[in-house]
Amino acid sequence: MEFQGNFKSAHRQILVTIFSVIVICIFSCTPARDVPGEEPDDTSGETQQNVVIKLATTTSVDNSGLLNHLLPVFTAETGIEVDVIAVGTGAALEMGRKGDVDIVLVHAPEAEQEFIDEGFGLARHYVAQNEFVIVGPGSDPLGIRNVRTAEEAFSLFLSGDLQFISRGDNSGTHKKELSIWELVGETPEGDWYIESGQGMGAVLTIADQMEAYTLTDSGTYYSMVNHLDLVLLLLGDPALENIYSIIPLNPELHPDLLHDEAMELVNWITGPTSIDLINDYEVNTHRLFNVANR
Amino acid sequence: MGQLFDSIAEAFHLLSGGDIEVYGLIGTSFRVALTSTVIAAIIAFPLGIWLGLGKFKGKRAIDIIFNTLLFLPTVVVGHLVYMFLTREGPLGDYRLLFSQTAIVIGQVILATPIITAMVSNAIRVADPRIMATSLALGTGRLRAYAALLGEIRELVLLSVVAAFGRVIAEVGVSMMLGGNIFGKTRTITTGIALLTSQGEFGRATALGLVLLIIVFIINILVYQATHRAGT
Repeated sequence: MEFQGNFKSAHRQILVTIFSVIVICIFSCTPARDVPGEEPDDTSGETQQNVVIKLATTTSVDNSGLLNHLLPVFTAETGIEVDVIAVGTGAALEMGRKGDVDIVLVHAPEAEQEFIDEGFGLARHYVAQNEFVIVGPGSDPLGIRNVRTAEEAFSLFLSGDLQFISRGDNSGTHKKELSIWELVGETPEGDWYIESGQGMGAVLTIADQMEAYTLTDSGTYYSMVNHLDLVLLLLGDPALENIYSIIPLNPELHPDLLHDEAMELVNWITGPTSIDLINDYEVNTHRLFNVANR
Repeated sequence: MGQLFDSIAEAFHLLSGGDIEVYGLIGTSFRVALTSTVIAAIIAFPLGIWLGLGKFKGKRAIDIIFNTLLFLPTVVVGHLVYMFLTREGPLGDYRLLFSQTAIVIGQVILATPIITAMVSNAIRVADPRIMATSLALGTGRLRAYAALLGEIRELVLLSVVAAFGRVIAEVGVSMMLGGNIFGKTRTITTGIALLTSQGEFGRATALGLVLLIIVFIINILVYQATHRAGT
């Protein structure tokens, strides 16, 4: 039987293949840090591994690179590692409610107050601020650059002559946008109003590709400005203030979370080292955040 | 077009230059996908043999269920596993959400039906005398099963590769269950999603090419193995 004769060599071929695949994997894995199944776990006694806390935050803070700028310093000083999960403010607060993360850093004051009133969070700690701005194509067909307030600008969007991309994801930026529609007293509807359901970076990219207007935090816009043709059309409206706060969770609701380490992060990020780091943080020669109200 | 060529150049640059971040992503992707595939194979081989050989009531229903599972959208799996792993879910106490382990769980669910369906289908069309012969020769049941898998080894290998291909390329499970945490659960695919959303098309394309190149190499090896193995 021909098959019998081939069996051994065929077998070897397959073994060689599997072996090669494994070698490729090991080769590609070398610089990686941890091993699956050994995800740092606070209940097991770790020897050399840092304690890891999970921070749910907004895409605007993460996409702008601010946390990459701050957290390595925090980890070096305290030995506490921070895993950052970047989602919208709504989703971040939801993770906090469920106790899927140890702490949240968000930017929607009203939703934050609700979160605290419901007993999920302890208190809001001011971290930094910047502002929301309206960006759009340089041609600016609706003349947004000629108006002074977001309310006026949004009234112009209602004409529907150019598309407006909404985050549509219950994020802080989305909540801010909705609050402005409330000021205007109209509900945005129609082909011109696009609810994308995506993060800030994605929405800016969509607006850029579709030559549409959008509301963005200045941090994400400046950090991406080199990739965008969108121009800044309206800024400086006090209604567009954008404040980021960190909120430790209520230990009574989720006693097994890493509350002490989370508090260390709160103290550090609201402390002097972080103030300087935040004030010095520049991308594309723009200062992205400030701590004016601290 | 220029941008595409730049990206290709950047892909090779990333691969050869040893960009530590890129290697980290590749490492995470492969480690997670490989672990998932191996676990899925361990679960799926017995299942596939059972379904392939078995003649019992309700078998057709189980076959159809497994074939349906082949089409499970990754985000559905991601969502379902999320419901289990969240702190309020049944497995919440293990704190697995947003870890590589969580991704592996989701990917095992994606990969297992692929291997199961392919193995059971291969056994169905394989020579029914193999099992009988092996058993008649006095080998144990486990050895007979091994001989059976050996007989259809190319299809077994292809099923494993297909499963690996699905999990290494998926983004839904990795994003939802891993959380795209830099240095921990950011994979090639979630990295591409993030880079694209930030308008960094060059690096995103480059990462995509990196994935393609590596999978291409694996396929060459598999092709050689299955074709030299003498069919």
